Amino acid sequence: MRTRLYPLEDLEDIPGTTVFTAKRSREAYHLHKFCMSLMEAANREAFKADERAYLARFRMSEDQKQAVLERDFNRLIDLGGNIYFLVKLSNTDGWSTQKAVSSMTGMTADEYAAMMRAGGRSPEGQRSKREGN
Amino acid sequence: MARITAGVATSHVPAIGAAFDQGRAGDAYWKPVFDGYEWVKQWEKQEKPDVVILCYNDHASAMMLDVVPTFALGMAEEFIPADEGWGQRPVPVVQGHIELAAHLAEQLVIDEFDLTLMNNMDVDHGCTVPLSLMFGQVEAWPCRVIPLAVNVTQFPTPSGNRCWMLGEAIAHAVESFPEDLNVQIWGTGGMSHQLQGPRAGLINPEFDNAFLDGLIDDTDRLRAITRLEYLRESGSEGIELIMWLIMRAALGKDVEELHRFYHVPASNTAVGHIVLRPRELVTA
Ligand SMILES: [Fe+2]
Repeated sequence: MRTRLYPLEDLEDIPGTTVFTAKRSREAYHLHKFCMSLMEAANREAFKADERAYLARFRMSEDQKQAVLERDFNRLIDLGGNIYFLVKLSNTDGWSTQKAVSSMTGMTADEYAAMMRAGGRSPEGQRSKREGN
Repeated sequence: MARITAGVATSHVPAIGAAFDQGRAGDAYWKPVFDGYEWVKQWEKQEKPDVVILCYNDHASAMMLDVVPTFALGMAEEFIPADEGWGQRPVPVVQGHIELAAHLAEQLVIDEFDLTLMNNMDVDHGCTVPLSLMFGQVEAWPCRVIPLAVNVTQFPTPSGNRCWMLGEAIAHAVESFPEDLNVQIWGTGGMSHQLQGPRAGLINPEFDNAFLDGLIDDTDRLRAITRLEYLRESGSEGIELIMWLIMRAALGKDVEELHRFYHVPASNTAVGHIVLRPRELVTA
């Protein structure tokens, strides 16, 4: 086997972080197709008019549909999603990217905004689950 | 003969575009960000580049769903600003440069970079926010643009070192283009930020500033930064910084720093900006 600079499993060692891979991309293909459909105004209107009915147009899993309806971004990422696709949904809702991102942190949008103004989240203790640094 | 006269790098946060488009650039929150780009706006008016090779990443706007290209070169006459879910940005259409793009497509593949060629694509904030920051509010962009989209979203992304080698190959390709063109190369994205999960909001000023310093005098160290290290140190979206290495490598061995700016935060992101000149052009 060829050598690698680091074991690929180490990508799983970063706290609070999901690495978006080809496998995840495929799992989320239909979810992401839905997200990208929101790049057209007419589709945004149709989605807003009846979210459930609009989601029925896509071959997403029921879990993915439910997480969309709940705007549960952490769950959507668990189900294969990637934030660059998912912000099409929060943009459709008129959310700022910061609001969408903050919703994954367990903080309120205001608390998160205050953390960012104060310089953001320190990397200390956030680099490695194994090393705890 | 075409020549690369300068390299520019900047973050490309969508919220910067929104603040710019909605006239909020003077707000207390945004003013320090936009002030950081006053210098480059004046400088670009004097530099008058003919073409910018603009390294950026598509944020699931024109690609990444059905097709996931590692390096995608924009070949079209024009590129329309994408609708990312809130309508198109009210900015000019981006005009391509098909002769130089075709030359790059030929030379880079011969140099063993197996590019994807995009004959039709829209460009998102990754491309248009840097244009707004460098050129301000304009009726038409003052130069041609060749967008070069890099996959920094789906793992594995290209390595930083691979990006460096691509930048070197771009420099050779531009040099061998017969028309007399003033070409700039831009690297966009970064600096530290993470847009997902409980670790979102990560900012690492030490890493960012060491990266900025390294662009001047320690490029071998930057080339060796692994994907894992970008993720750990600069957040999951901080890996966009590999696109800065394409820009830096295209400038040759030694560079002069003309301008630098660093600010936290813009929305979720650390804003970095640097303007570099190949040393041989400074002393010439
Ligand atoms: Fe980006």
